Amino acid sequence: MKFINYIEKVSGVDILGLLSLLVFFLFFIGMLVWVFKTKKKDFNEVSRIPLDNDNLPTQQ
Amino acid sequence: MQETNQGMQVEKFYYDNKIVKAFGFATVIFGIVGMLVGLWVAIQFYYPASSFNFAPTTFGRLRPLHTNAIIFAFVGNATFAGVYYSLQRLCKTRMFSDRLGWIHFWGWQLIILSAAITLPLGLNNSGEYAELIWPIDIAITLVWVIFGINMFGTILKRREKHLYVAIWFYIATWVTVAMLHIVRSIELPYSLTGSYSWYAGVQDALVQWWYGHNAVAFFLTTPVLGLMYYFLPKAANRPVYSYRLSIIHFWALIFLYIWAGPHHLLYTSLPDWAQSLGVVFSIMLIAPSWGGMLNGLFTLRGAWDKVREDPVLKFMVVAITCYGMSTLEGPLMSLKSVNAVAHFSDWIIAHVHIGGLGWNGFMAFAILYYMIPKMWGTSLYSKKLATNHFWLGTIGIIIYAVPLYWAGFEQSIMWKQFTPEGQLKFDFLQTVTNIRPMYIARSIGGSLYLIGALVMVYNLYKTMKQGKFIANEAAEAAPLVKNETKKKEYWHRIIERKPVTMLVMSLIVVAIGGLVQMIPTFLVKSNVPTIASVKPYTPLELQGRDIYVREGCHTCHSQMIRPFRDEVARYGEYSKAGEFVYDHPFQWGSKRTGPDLAREGSDKNRRPDSWHFNHMYDPTSTSPGSIMPRYIWLLDNKLDISSTPAKIRAMKTLGVPYPDGYDKLANVDLMKQAESIAANLKKEKIETAPDAEIIAVIAYLQRLGRDIENEPKPILKQEKNN
Repeated sequence: MKFINYIEKVSGVDILGLLSLLVFFLFFIGMLVWVFKTKKKDFNEVSRIPLDNDNLPTQQ
Repeated sequence: MQETNQGMQVEKFYYDNKIVKAFGFATVIFGIVGMLVGLWVAIQFYYPASSFNFAPTTFGRLRPLHTNAIIFAFVGNATFAGVYYSLQRLCKTRMFSDRLGWIHFWGWQLIILSAAITLPLGLNNSGEYAELIWPIDIAITLVWVIFGINMFGTILKRREKHLYVAIWFYIATWVTVAMLHIVRSIELPYSLTGSYSWYAGVQDALVQWWYGHNAVAFFLTTPVLGLMYYFLPKAANRPVYSYRLSIIHFWALIFLYIWAGPHHLLYTSLPDWAQSLGVVFSIMLIAPSWGGMLNGLFTLRGAWDKVREDPVLKFMVVAITCYGMSTLEGPLMSLKSVNAVAHFSDWIIAHVHIGGLGWNGFMAFAILYYMIPKMWGTSLYSKKLATNHFWLGTIGIIIYAVPLYWAGFEQSIMWKQFTPEGQLKFDFLQTVTNIRPMYIARSIGGSLYLIGALVMVYNLYKTMKQGKFIANEAAEAAPLVKNETKKKEYWHRIIERKPVTMLVMSLIVVAIGGLVQMIPTFLVKSNVPTIASVKPYTPLELQGRDIYVREGCHTCHSQMIRPFRDEVARYGEYSKAGEFVYDHPFQWGSKRTGPDLAREGSDKNRRPDSWHFNHMYDPTSTSPGSIMPRYIWLLDNKLDISSTPAKIRAMKTLGVPYPDGYDKLANVDLMKQAESIAANLKKEKIETAPDAEIIAVIAYLQRLGRDIENEPKPILKQEKNN
C-alpha cells in the first residue's frame, strides 16, 4: 500500500524530462505563431464579446 | 462592432439572476464572518486571553476557520456569483440547469457550515487549506462536479461561437481544482471523522504545497482573473487592452504555476532538485502574472478619468495593482536567500494579505458593486460611501501589511543574531514580545478593512431597497449555427471553440508539472534516505500526535530545522528527510509564532515532563510573556483509547511497520507508558490520571527528534529510559 521506493533506479528518466520540455516548447511556439499570425481584427471582434450582449438594456 | 449573425432569427431568453443573488449574499455574509474571525485571531497575538481559554476558540482551531472562510466561503462564493453572472452573458444563454445551480449553491453552503462546526471542534487533518475531514472532502468533490456539469452544460448550449478568455480561466480553474482536491484528499479513514494522509513526511509535504500553492493559483487567482476579464471591460466599457496577451498569459500562467509549489519548502528536507524546480518556475511566473496585471491596467488607458468617478474601477485598479505586487513579491521570496529571511516569519502573512485583502477582497467588492445595481435595475445608492469604503480598505491594507513586513523582517534578523562569543543573542521569546506593537497595529489595519466592508453592506442594502430585483433578465441573441464553413483556421482557434478540448488541454498542462515533481519523490529511494534508528511512534505518542494535530499546533510551531547556523544552534541538528517517514500527516508547519519543535525531546532541548505539564496549564508560568494560549482542557480530558486499535491498523495499512496483531496489544503498551509518565510527574509533585490527554501530548513532545540520537532499539523498550 505504501507507494514509495518501488523504483530503485529510474532508467531513462532524463528522456522523459526532455520530452515534456520539448512538448511544451513546441506548444508554446505553436501558440505564439498562431497568436501573432491571427489578424488583429479577429481578436478585436472576440474581445468585444462581453460588451456586445446588453441586448435589452433594462437599466444603465 | 457587429456580430456576423445578421439576418438570423433572434431567440428570446432570460438570464437567471436569482442564483447570482444567492451567491452574492453568501459572499457578503461569509466575507464579514471570515474577516471577524481573522480579527479575532489577530487580537489573540497580543491578548492571548481573548481565546477565553476555550478549546474551540484558540488560535490553532480558529486559524483554519479563518483561512477556509476567506478562501472557500468568501472568495469561493464571490467567484461563483461572478461566474454565474458572466458565463450566462458571455455564452448568451441561461445557465444549463437552474436545479443544478441550486444544488451547487446549497451544497456549497452546507460544506461551509460543516467546516464552521468541525474546525472549532478540532476535527481536521492539518493540511493547510485542506483541513476538512474526509466526509466533507467527499461532499466538496460532489458539489464541484455538479458545478462543472452546470458550467459545461451552459458552455455547450451557448449562442456565442467563441469562448471568451474569461471562460478559459473558468475551465482551467474547474479542472485544476478538481485534480488538486482529489490528490490532496487521498487519506485513509480510521473513524467517521478521522483519517490519516496517504502520504508521509517529505511526500506529504510535497503534495501539500503542490496543493496549497495551487489553491492560491487556481482558487484565488485564475477564477478571479476570469472575473477581471469580464467585469473590467464591462465597467470601463471598453474591450480588454490586448486579447493576444490574454491568450499568451493564460497558457503560460497555468503551465508555470503548477510547478512552483516546492518554493514553500526551501531549505527543508525536500530533495534539492525539487526545491530548485520550484524556484525556477516561480521566477518565470513573473512574466505571465505581470502580463495579466498589465493587460488589466492598460485596459484603462485613456479612461483614467472614469476611475476617479467609478468606485467599481477604483477597487479594480487597487486589486490589480495588489495582484501585480504580490506576484512580483512571491517569486522574489522564492529566491533561496530571500526565503531564508522571509520563511516562518510574519513577512509571509503580510504577503498573503496583499493578495487576500487587495486582490481577492477588492475584486469581490468591485463585482458586487457592479452586479447588484444592475440586477436591481438601479444605480448604486451612494458613490460617496463606496469611495469611503475604498479608502478605509486601502488604508486598512497598508496599516495591516507594513507592520507585519517590519515584524517579519525584524524577528527573522533577531533569530539569526549571535553575540561575539558565538552564543545566540536572543531567546526565542524575546523575538516575539519585541514585535507585539506590530501585532497591535496589524489588527487596527484589519479593523479598518472590516469597517469598510460593513459600509459596503449598508450601501448595497440601500441600493437593493431603492431598486427592484430582476429575477429573470430578458435577453435575445441569434442561435449558434453549426458547421459554418470558413476559411482555413489555425489549431488554437479550434481549441478555443471546443470547451472539452480546452478542458483536456488544460488538464494535461497542469498534470505534467505535478507528475514530474511527485513521481520521482515517491518512487526513487535516494530521494528519501531512510534512517535505521527512526522508529514508528508508540501508541501513546500516536494518540498525543493526533491531539497535536487536533489543536492545530502546527499553525504556530514548525517541525523543520533548516540547515542554518542559528537554527542548528537553537534547535539542534538540521532535519533529515528520513526522520519523517512515519509522519502521516507531516507537521512541518509554515509559521514560527512559537519555537520549532522538531527536536523538542532531544537531549539538547529536553525538559522535564512537569515543565510540559505546567506549560500547557499556563504557558506564562514557565515562559513569562508567552503568547501561547492555555490548554487547560488537556489536563481534564480523558484520552479516548478506544480508537487506538483502528489507528494502529490504519497506520499499518499505510506502511508503518507495527508488528502483526499489534493493534490488539497497543493499548497495553499505551497504558504502561502513560503510567510511567504519570509516575514521573508524581515525583515532581504533580498528581494526574495516567489517562489524561496531557500525558499523551507529553509523550509525543518528548519523543520529537530523539530517534536520530538513539542507537537502534526495539520501539517499546525505549520509554524505559524516559
